[in-house]
Amino acid sequence: MIREYQTVTSIAGPLMLVADVEGVKYQELVQITLPSGEVRRGQVLEVEGDHALVQVFEGTTGIDVPSAKVRFMARGITIDLSPEILGRVFGGLGRPRDGGPAIIPDRRVDVNGAPINPYAREYPNEFIQTGVSSIDGLNTLVRGQKLPIFSGSGLPHNRLAAQIVRQARVLGTSEPFAVAFGAMGITFEEAEFFIRGLTQSGALERTVLFLNLADEPAIERIATPRAALTAAEYLAFELGMHVLVVLTDMTNYCEALREVSAARKEIPGRRGFPGYLYTDLSSIYERCGRIKGRSGSITMMPVLTMPEDDKTHPIPDLTGYITEGQIILSRAMHRRKIAPPVDVLPSLSRLKDKGIGKGKTREDHADLFNQLYACYARGKEAEELEIILGEAALTDVDKLYLHFARDFEEQYIAQGEFENRTVEQTLDLGWKLLAVFPRGELKRVRDAYLDKYWRPAAR
Amino acid sequence: MSESQGTIIKVSGPLVVAEGLAGARMYDVVKVSEKRLVGEIIELEGDRASIQVYEETGGVGPGEPVFPTFEPLSVELGPGLIESIYDGIQRPLDVIQKQTGDFISRGVEAPPLDRSRKWGFTPLRKPGDQVEPGDIVGEVQETVLVRHRIMLPPGMAGEIVRIGPGEFTVDDPVAFIKTSNGEQPLKMTQRWPVRRPRPYRRKLQPDQPLVTGQRVVDTFFPIAKGGTAAVPGPFGSGKTIIQHQFAKWSDAQIIIFVGCGERGNEMTDVLKEFPNLVDPKSGEPLMKRTVLIANTSNMPVAAREASIYTGITLAEYYRDMGYSVALQADSTSRWAEAMREISGRLEEMPGEEGYPAYLATRVAEFYERAGRIVCLGRTPEGKEQEGAVSVVGSVSPPGGDLNDPVVQATLRVVKVFWSLEDRLAFQRHFPAISWLNSYSLYSDVLRESFDRQATPEFMKDAAAAMQLLEKEAELEEIVRLVGKDTLSAQDRLVLEAARSIREDFLHQNAFHEVDTYASLNKQAAMLSAILRFHALGRAALARGVEIEAIERAAARDRIARMKYLTEAEAPAAIAQTCSDLEKELDVLEAK
Repeated sequence: MIREYQTVTSIAGPLMLVADVEGVKYQELVQITLPSGEVRRGQVLEVEGDHALVQVFEGTTGIDVPSAKVRFMARGITIDLSPEILGRVFGGLGRPRDGGPAIIPDRRVDVNGAPINPYAREYPNEFIQTGVSSIDGLNTLVRGQKLPIFSGSGLPHNRLAAQIVRQARVLGTSEPFAVAFGAMGITFEEAEFFIRGLTQSGALERTVLFLNLADEPAIERIATPRAALTAAEYLAFELGMHVLVVLTDMTNYCEALREVSAARKEIPGRRGFPGYLYTDLSSIYERCGRIKGRSGSITMMPVLTMPEDDKTHPIPDLTGYITEGQIILSRAMHRRKIAPPVDVLPSLSRLKDKGIGKGKTREDHADLFNQLYACYARGKEAEELEIILGEAALTDVDKLYLHFARDFEEQYIAQGEFENRTVEQTLDLGWKLLAVFPRGELKRVRDAYLDKYWRPAAR
Repeated sequence: MSESQGTIIKVSGPLVVAEGLAGARMYDVVKVSEKRLVGEIIELEGDRASIQVYEETGGVGPGEPVFPTFEPLSVELGPGLIESIYDGIQRPLDVIQKQTGDFISRGVEAPPLDRSRKWGFTPLRKPGDQVEPGDIVGEVQETVLVRHRIMLPPGMAGEIVRIGPGEFTVDDPVAFIKTSNGEQPLKMTQRWPVRRPRPYRRKLQPDQPLVTGQRVVDTFFPIAKGGTAAVPGPFGSGKTIIQHQFAKWSDAQIIIFVGCGERGNEMTDVLKEFPNLVDPKSGEPLMKRTVLIANTSNMPVAAREASIYTGITLAEYYRDMGYSVALQADSTSRWAEAMREISGRLEEMPGEEGYPAYLATRVAEFYERAGRIVCLGRTPEGKEQEGAVSVVGSVSPPGGDLNDPVVQATLRVVKVFWSLEDRLAFQRHFPAISWLNSYSLYSDVLRESFDRQATPEFMKDAAAAMQLLEKEAELEEIVRLVGKDTLSAQDRLVLEAARSIREDFLHQNAFHEVDTYASLNKQAAMLSAILRFHALGRAALARGVEIEAIERAAARDRIARMKYLTEAEAPAAIAQTCSDLEKELDVLEAK
């Protein structure tokens, strides 16, 4: 039942109140027709009696109270899906923006999706080789994981994300692979950077893009990641592909959410973000994973810029509580021209333990990364001491650690943008760097692996 | 009265307002719209009710009906709970998957307990016996590890007319009881409203340790059976791993694990891992004593609010049978956030950080449902018996800031505080429990049992080790200012010993097949070996030996590897290490 009204009573920010409506449902899709013939879309945020509160995705600019026509579409926001979506570029709400024809849908799916039954999930444990040592060696990514990049303005997060998209593969398989890309409020140049990279590596025809650029309506961003994920779910769980979802930039998404919340005069939580930000973010991030008995998977790499590089800001904070780890970029390392500037101490992959080891990467991987971490952490402590007291004040052992930390950053973490290291190369490099220590310092590695892999440096 | 059907007048996210619900009471369950979504009344004004709905409300609108059930949110208690995985309102997720597929659709209904399964019931009382509420009348072997005692529900008393034995489903009567209201059937199941604590005779002071096999916990900050503990920490500091470790290795008889608003993959991890992990005591899979409640973060927020109550009610039920139950709630912050979200939708005046003003009350009420108690009913022999519920709640404060209202409300009621620090996590020192900030108020009451269960020196050694760690923290300040060279040899020995305590004892690898669990005896032996090093080192220093020579002692490598010794190898190997160390340090001579 489609009903049309011309009873808008008030407009405030992105919200519009429609009176005298009947049979309107929560989260129903709304079409607004302006006198000029322009059509915009919105969604019901609240219904009370015969009043409906509508959030307008394309913004309320130019809508007037008496003449706007509002149609309630008796369904939620959906996107059209078919295998043809690969290689196409859509707007933030799922309409083609590449000049191509509309998708003839195999399926029309509500973008909100439904939660995966935890019982139906398959545990992610297949190692993905990204070719980046600081990820493969220390913060291993596995299929079905959500691993965000926490970055700051001006840091090369997009380069890292693009490198991962280019290089990521599961060893020893040639299963169908796809990329779903959701851009929320990024600039034209950033979007072009990704598209160019995908074109050059030939991955564009395996990619579906949903773009909402910086100059496009902010409220539309609320739907963009959901559209990208709905496409990803279709590709993964219906067509059996392994999908890597890149969402950038989640900070813009959260700000759009805050805008709606403020317009609704909701009680704000921290920094003005709504109290349900955690729940809302989880309804995006948790759509990633694997399902028992289905061959595809969704691996997610959201990118967010931390305001003022502050990890305790609500957006990175709540993201970190939902995602399975985080890759944090460091401004200090970026200044020292270490690229990618991955700050490995606070970075973490929660699922690495199940994705590494014998039969996946190599038996010594777990012990080795524990040891590298411990040594690097101690080296960084020594570095702090050195800054205050000078190198002369350090003990000989501390000096070893200090030099190790520097070599580690320059040789292990730093690597070229187009350098694709195999996991063996990454692991061997780790052992090579550990050669400087006396055996007694390497407590985190069991003897068998020390015997097999570790060779002390000639003194 | 069941004819009174309400009508929806407002929908706003998980909050639905309906009118025309005459006779409905606070916290009654209702079914919302023709989709029959489960909801609970949380505010009443005349015949207008605010309902929190446990499922997504998209597509629901004014004018649709609301059906009252006139029953508060309740759980079904009986054989078959163990090894189940439920959502926040006790719907079995495995059954739901069979019904509706891999994604959870709305309005699904499934009985929490398998209706068709038959259980072998053994009566433990006979006809003619007088029985009181809570009395055990029979039992069922629920899993290899759990004998499920069939109890009279609270409120039922009388004389047994007839009673089993035989094979029964959960709906069959296993006995008939002549009560003051005539003869009534007794089934193996009972229902209980989740928000009301189950009754017991009286509470007792906890005095037994809940041994977790985690060295930093058992040695320094132990929790008692029937005690409460909180694990606050920023993300990535290892809260969930610690909770999993407790669920795996703590010596409780029943484990209730509540995944409240956390990651789906973590629940999958538990589901995959627990059936393969073997309980060190019984040799049976850990799943045989575990109930999982999984309301992940993307599942409806109102059901998340309920999941904590569902969990604690199940825990109380097994407690009433005389078991020691441990409940892990991961994470209570998500529960509090669910409360905040609902409260916001109700447009209540907020307290701190937007949380409702009743946050602290709810938190305190929840933790107070833990405890060591004398059960309501008696054993078949007519004796009183004890049960216990221990609760460990993780808290996820924003930015790891302990000023968070949920942390503060929790710390006011719990007796053990394990403070997780990201500084430790960055060094991959796990468990990242800070030895300086954490505390346990049970250390004193547990002293006696530790002396019995471990060694008489254990608690003394623990105190000595803690002193070394505190001393280390002081010395570190000095080192940071003026460098290590200025320290006296004694102080440098303290630093070495403290480092050994941190790295060789407190650091414990949850993913290492041996290191993941250490018995009290192994813990005591390890600790005493490290303290032995310190004592021998001091003696050597007194003889004029150089500190560097002591630091280089070869046997110290073996101290570093004690954690990887199996329980069988440990006693002899550690004793050997100690005597080697002694020999090595004793021959060192002054230069």
